[in-house]
Amino acid sequence: MKITVPMDSAAKAVGADEVVQALLAAAKDKGLEIDITRTGTRGMIWLEPLIEVEIDGQRHGFGPATPEDAAAILDGNSDKALGPVEALDWMKRQTRLTFARVGIIDPLSLDDYKAHGGLAGLKRAASMTGQEITDEVKASGLRGRGGAGFPTGIKWQTVHDADAPQKYIVCNADEGDSGTFADRMLMEGDPFTLIEGMAIAGLGVGATKGYVYLRSEYPDAIDVMRKAVDIARKAGVLGADVLGSGRAFDIEIRMGAGAYVCGEETSLLNSLEGKRGVVRAKPPLPALEGFLGRPTVVNNVISLATVPVIFEKGAQHYADFGLGRSRGTVTLQIAGNVAHGGLFETAFGIAIDEVVNDLGGGTLSGRPVKAVQIGGPLGSYMPVSKFDAKLGYEELDSQGGLLGHAGLVVFDDTADMLGMARFAMEFCAVESCGKCTPCRIGAVRGVETIDRIAQGDMDALPLLADLCETMKDGSLCALGGFTPLPVMSAVTHFPDAFSHAKEAAE
Amino acid sequence: MPSPEATIDNVEIDRIISSHIDLEGPLLPILHALQDAFGFLPSQAHAPIADALNISRAELHGVISFYHDFHNAPKGRHVLKICRAEACQSVGGTALAEKTLAKLGLDWHGTTADGAVTVEPVYCLGLCACAPAVMIGDKVIGRVDAARMDTIISEAGA
Repeated sequence: MKITVPMDSAAKAVGADEVVQALLAAAKDKGLEIDITRTGTRGMIWLEPLIEVEIDGQRHGFGPATPEDAAAILDGNSDKALGPVEALDWMKRQTRLTFARVGIIDPLSLDDYKAHGGLAGLKRAASMTGQEITDEVKASGLRGRGGAGFPTGIKWQTVHDADAPQKYIVCNADEGDSGTFADRMLMEGDPFTLIEGMAIAGLGVGATKGYVYLRSEYPDAIDVMRKAVDIARKAGVLGADVLGSGRAFDIEIRMGAGAYVCGEETSLLNSLEGKRGVVRAKPPLPALEGFLGRPTVVNNVISLATVPVIFEKGAQHYADFGLGRSRGTVTLQIAGNVAHGGLFETAFGIAIDEVVNDLGGGTLSGRPVKAVQIGGPLGSYMPVSKFDAKLGYEELDSQGGLLGHAGLVVFDDTADMLGMARFAMEFCAVESCGKCTPCRIGAVRGVETIDRIAQGDMDALPLLADLCETMKDGSLCALGGFTPLPVMSAVTHFPDAFSHAKEAAE
Repeated sequence: MPSPEATIDNVEIDRIISSHIDLEGPLLPILHALQDAFGFLPSQAHAPIADALNISRAELHGVISFYHDFHNAPKGRHVLKICRAEACQSVGGTALAEKTLAKLGLDWHGTTADGAVTVEPVYCLGLCACAPAVMIGDKVIGRVDAARMDTIISEAGA
């Protein structure tokens, strides 16, 4: 009996390992031969732990499973039966290009990876020149998935054209935004895709070394990535002669140390160099002077992990999805107080309403949806009145929203919007690198000013708006620069939370 | 009871430094390895690190103090990190954290008197669709409610 159980940390966090133990024990009791493979997660977190049993060549799901369900799952009469997993609505409605293999394969089996299209992209790239590789990425329309949405091909072109004795590919795996977990899921569920994408990038720009800067809050991802790099090296996918191409590329996994700001690319580079994670002014661009002053591609996990499928299926295949200048697919992370949370990969252009109320099924609590914060802690709170906005870079921006890394955090009507605004300032103060006065000091004053409003001092409201202008205009990076987004969106769309404080105080 | 510093092995410090020194930008890997070995960053390591990397002790202090992960003194036997970020807040994370701290009689970053548990804030564990989430040691736990938190704490011996 072939069974798969995710080893993704979200699945483990809700008991997947305990269910595995129960399945093994129950099988022993029944004298049944079972073969359990640990996979990544399908991304339907509300169904985790999601056990899959192969029946007549199809994988049938059972979830959310508890150890007590083990016997019935093996008997085939469990009340947690969901039917064939790929026929489920959530799976059928996706366009899984980047996440095609996550939840299906054994993340650490190179054979499994290759059987599902893995390495086809790298094999093709190995026969192309650096310029041809860069042109393909440009043609795909791929934009940086970290949040800034900068055209990836143009970044690679800059590094390709730079003349230097050493160039680098740095993968930004410091996914610190609340409401985001796509990078983590990808690294834990299909690490070879990231490795392959980085190798193609290396061949494209002439970089022989790559680093993955992974946050320390992701111990499982670090473990899987380290093992995957070892396996890739032993198989000749990494090393002095990548897939027999005669060109070298290797990867080192580096761990962050708990600083959110190190998700900003220049702060990350400083951290990689062993310094304080202080933000650098640009120019110079990292593409010209990055790691150790050398030309460096810094790209997000999803950006790099999307490269293999672009080379496997062709740039046009990817570019044919999406709308406007947002080509390809977006890996939505639906999170927070939501009934159906998880990973949903689809073409750009889907509306917030469909994501929150249709796919997401509304709130987990059953109470009305009050707002959704999109783009992480530096993103605006979008009120229900703006739920017709489409999820694309320019489209959401025109509605005062920030797509960022495409995480959506749902809040119900118990959310205290003044408290959320205060937290935005508090978080900025805790995580500020300290370089810019408007961020370092402004965030502290922001907390104090919001506390004054909470005590009924309405003069503090225009002061807060003025402070936000200063932080926006005077900060070198998005930490200080975008903290005003959640704060002022809360003030603008939920004014009652700020004016009722006056009445409450009286 | 001997102070933790009394059992620090300088040979081990030197071995850890020299085994990482050839990396490009070796300082964070060195600090992580030292903290893994000793449970904290011993002050005896400062001069050898500064020497090996040719940086000043002030620069080294600047790096250590910048990152939330690094600490100069031992923590409790178990470090419980409770997520304070937005997605966990949306499902009651704030109240859960407050109750937990109150139950243990601690402020954030505090350690129980018997040295069993230190409680730290963490900002996102990437478990935002099964929140509220915590991490104890290297183990992550999601969908944490009051009952599950009680179990976590009692298993940690607090």
